[in-house]
Amino acid sequence: MTNSAYRIQGATGEWEVVIGLEVHAQVVSKSKLFSGASATFGAEPNAQVSLVDAAMPGMLPVPNMECIRQAVRTGLAIDAQINAWSRFDRKNYFYADLPQGYQISQLYHPLVGEGHIDISLDDKNPEAAVKRIGIERIHVEQDAGKLMHDQHPTMSYVDLNRSGVALMEIVSRPDMRSPAEAGAYLRKLRAILRYVGSCDGNMEEGSMRADVNVSVRKPGEPFGTRTETKNVNSVRFVMQAIEHEASRQVDVLESGGKVVQETRLFDPDTGTTRSMRSKEDAHDYRYFPDPDLLPLVLEASFIEACRASLPELPDAKRQRYETALGLTPYVAGVLTAEVETARWFEALLAETATKQGKGEEAVAKQAANWLTSELFGALNRLGRSLEDSPVSPAQAAELLALVADGTISGTIAKQVFEKMLETGDGAAAIVEREGLKQESDTGAIEAVVAKVLADNADKVEQYKAGKEALFGFFVGQTMKAMQGKANPQVVNDLLKQALG
Amino acid sequence: MTDLTELGIADIRSGVAAGTFTAVEVAEAFNAAVAAAQPALNAFIVTTPEAALAAARKVDTARAAGQPLGKLAGVPIGMKDLFATKGVQTTAASRILEGFTPEYESTVSQNLWNAGAGMLGKLNLDQFAMGSSNETSAFGNVISPWRRPGDTAPLAPGGSSGGSSAAIAARLCPAATGTDTGGSIRQPAAFTGIAGIKPTYGRCSRWGVVAFASSLDQAGPMARSVQDCAIMLEAMAGFDPKDSTSLNLPVPAWEAGLNPSMAGKKVGIPREYRLDGMDPDVARSWDDGIAWLKDAGAEIVEISLPHTRYALPTYYIIAPAEASSNLARYDGVRYGLRDLPDGAGLQDMYAATRAAGFGPEVKRRIMIGTYVLSAGFYDAYYTQAQKVRTLIARDFELAFQHCDVILAPTAPTAAFALGEKSDDPLAMYLNDVFSVPASLAGLPAMSVPAGLDRQGLPLGLQVIGRAFDEQGVLNAGLALEQRAGFTAKPAKWW
Amino acid sequence: MSVDTATVTKIASLARIKVSEAEVAAMVPELNGILAWVEQLGEVDVTGVEPMTAVIPNTLRLREDAVTDGGIRDAVLANAPAAEHGFFGVPKVIE
Repeated sequence: MTNSAYRIQGATGEWEVVIGLEVHAQVVSKSKLFSGASATFGAEPNAQVSLVDAAMPGMLPVPNMECIRQAVRTGLAIDAQINAWSRFDRKNYFYADLPQGYQISQLYHPLVGEGHIDISLDDKNPEAAVKRIGIERIHVEQDAGKLMHDQHPTMSYVDLNRSGVALMEIVSRPDMRSPAEAGAYLRKLRAILRYVGSCDGNMEEGSMRADVNVSVRKPGEPFGTRTETKNVNSVRFVMQAIEHEASRQVDVLESGGKVVQETRLFDPDTGTTRSMRSKEDAHDYRYFPDPDLLPLVLEASFIEACRASLPELPDAKRQRYETALGLTPYVAGVLTAEVETARWFEALLAETATKQGKGEEAVAKQAANWLTSELFGALNRLGRSLEDSPVSPAQAAELLALVADGTISGTIAKQVFEKMLETGDGAAAIVEREGLKQESDTGAIEAVVAKVLADNADKVEQYKAGKEALFGFFVGQTMKAMQGKANPQVVNDLLKQALG
Repeated sequence: MTDLTELGIADIRSGVAAGTFTAVEVAEAFNAAVAAAQPALNAFIVTTPEAALAAARKVDTARAAGQPLGKLAGVPIGMKDLFATKGVQTTAASRILEGFTPEYESTVSQNLWNAGAGMLGKLNLDQFAMGSSNETSAFGNVISPWRRPGDTAPLAPGGSSGGSSAAIAARLCPAATGTDTGGSIRQPAAFTGIAGIKPTYGRCSRWGVVAFASSLDQAGPMARSVQDCAIMLEAMAGFDPKDSTSLNLPVPAWEAGLNPSMAGKKVGIPREYRLDGMDPDVARSWDDGIAWLKDAGAEIVEISLPHTRYALPTYYIIAPAEASSNLARYDGVRYGLRDLPDGAGLQDMYAATRAAGFGPEVKRRIMIGTYVLSAGFYDAYYTQAQKVRTLIARDFELAFQHCDVILAPTAPTAAFALGEKSDDPLAMYLNDVFSVPASLAGLPAMSVPAGLDRQGLPLGLQVIGRAFDEQGVLNAGLALEQRAGFTAKPAKWW
Repeated sequence: MSVDTATVTKIASLARIKVSEAEVAAMVPELNGILAWVEQLGEVDVTGVEPMTAVIPNTLRLREDAVTDGGIRDAVLANAPAAEHGFFGVPKVIE
């Protein structure tokens, strides 16, 4: 990728940007990490708070097995080392959203160690331009509560519903060198989390957010001083934050200044970052092992059960689509990028193969092409997602079967699909009702061919004189006369015959 | 009729069960004693005579209906004000929690109510259990019922469970809960001529007990006899899924297992506990203990606990470190005191609230704890202390290859006068020299009264056992108790 | 290691305890006395010794993932110095 390396053109030459991401992903679980209160989103204020979450005197944490299991599964999905011995530590600081006065996290002995994620920067060919991004660790920790500043003139309000919800902090190595790489990493990480089912990846609701570490340097030089932009909650914003922060740092350095190691805040309205002065007073988190919690020791059998529960992951699936189903890398990449797409595709594939009495590999291209062009196009127009597609995989398979057995042409199939979207009716019923069945009867087509040639005698002359391009004109006229319902192959054959 | 307040748990239980007296009569007798002594001794922060009576009525009704009675049926007890009690103010003896009324009941206190006990009130203590004399309470000193003969100078009841020890010694309650982080059950028991046991770390749930130092805090009973301690500990202990450090073990029948014969048992005498300049009365009492256990059939062996001298400094790093973090939740946001000066922001409110709410000793320990955990010092202090703690625990492990229990003094002196050590934190800390090592190793340890010193003040002997071997500790304690024949009690002056 | 006025002030600020100059001045020798005393631990040879993690050999139990708590807002807010509309109130925080 050296040829397309991302560089910032400064007054003093080119600068390289170095990016590391700390992604906070909310673990999918019914209850909180250390209490039995619900972890769901959107309840009335303080309705999902236990005495433990409110840090009442004498309350104690008891860890949720599911949160540990999901973090281990996530670790296994990124080929990471699972630490059979880990511990929880306290991160001490005072804030109104932190009732205990400390966050239970894992500094010294995280649950998950080194792993990696392979990203691709070329959608057309996901196997080219692959870059491996190192993951330093994944640890499990508590989320904080929420402060509301705009409901009272002199007070902020504290809602502890989020307090104690389980998060995974997924810490990358500073291996990314462009906003695009960071974007690709985030999308890939999100896809993996959703495949695994350990996080719903919903960035709008805050179940996934990133702290963005950015520094700049002249290519080949050691790392510069980094800043950390906190809590950025979309892929686009992460990319914007990097762009802005990198050029800001270049400006600072080129004007003779120094980059201050600090926490910054991203403003989505302006696409810029600003220093969080209020949090600048020297933090000293005084991490130490939480004495309320013993070391977490995982049995090998627990880890193996986590491994066995993993689904096929995007990279493996994409490769299987290419090798076993014969799909192009691009299409396989598109179909596996999101777990819902792959799930939909596989349902369609199974239904299509059954309906057509063929193997999946024989119908894979038909199904894949239809999904990526027709269905995606339609959903785009309708502004809907795959999950609320008006057409089910079984309905789609019915449509594809009608094309495959010659009942309708591809052109007619598009019309039928539009009708399906409008009415919700089945493809066969629409074809029947609208009389869209393809004409394959040679006699009927022969008559039309004869009429078309007779009506266009001049063009027949030209064709015979060598203007072969007119063949398409005859096909078109014949199809038009038959309202598109003629079997195109038969029309072709008959025209060739008639034209000698 | 006998003075019911002279009775201990076992006698009250059997008297109530036999119908010799009713539980209500017992509760009334103790309620009266509590009320009469409160102005002089200040053993309670709040008294709850109605709660004691309500529990007693329930027991009397159950008995009348022929229903089975609990282990502590009809026994009114004092509850150290470190245990959260639903609907009853719980303060940890700190202004910062003044007025705090929990919506929950600690596991240990609930266990006791389930066993038929009733609550006489919430007992005073050193603030957040930090202290050895009960002088750090925000609700006034507890005055020991003991006095030096011919001297009215108020003496310390020990700490931190000083309200508990004073109340039991003064016959204001037959038994009380204590908590022990570095000696807070054993040292006050020794100071006031009563018994108390700190069980193995994890035996009693910490859920609902205001935390001081989580890795050390253990609840335990305080009473006037070893048998009463055994009965009460059985009721308090037990696995609690709400406490991650709770031991998932059945509770042994300690009372039924009591056996004062030490035949075939080896008693270890730790060489390092014989300090230079040891108080001669304490040394003599220790020798008495050795003789008594020998008399009970034990073989006496000398053992070595080489890291003993490092136990106190280790403790005074680990306990403040944990406390500095455990006490961060007292911030004026969700409960307790809030001090909001005009125009103060959130962080100012924290600082003002905590300055106003915590007493000097609590602040001192928070400061030490904050310092030893701070960047650059963590390894030198905290990690080093946890390593030394490993060595201290290992000392005990090795020693217990050569003996079954260890016998030592509980405290280096008898009770001192209030104010005598309160200006010198270090001198105060040294009071825990014999009790802290077992706390650091999580081992069961108890203090039993051994006799009086030359001033006429009680001295205690400490028995330390292997992890989980409360029975061995109680049995050795019983052997000592039978031979010590301790019957002294403070002359009633209040 | 010994602490000075500046360090004590910093520690008090980290611990969110408001201290006057006089209090700081009193604390400096007091804390130095305690710190000098605990520093004797430095002389212990701890080569190859692991820091204690569980005083009684025991490992962490994990609970099943079930909603067993919450829905007790009144109890949660019962002791709050300032509670309004189901929230805890604190002096306005300006970010």
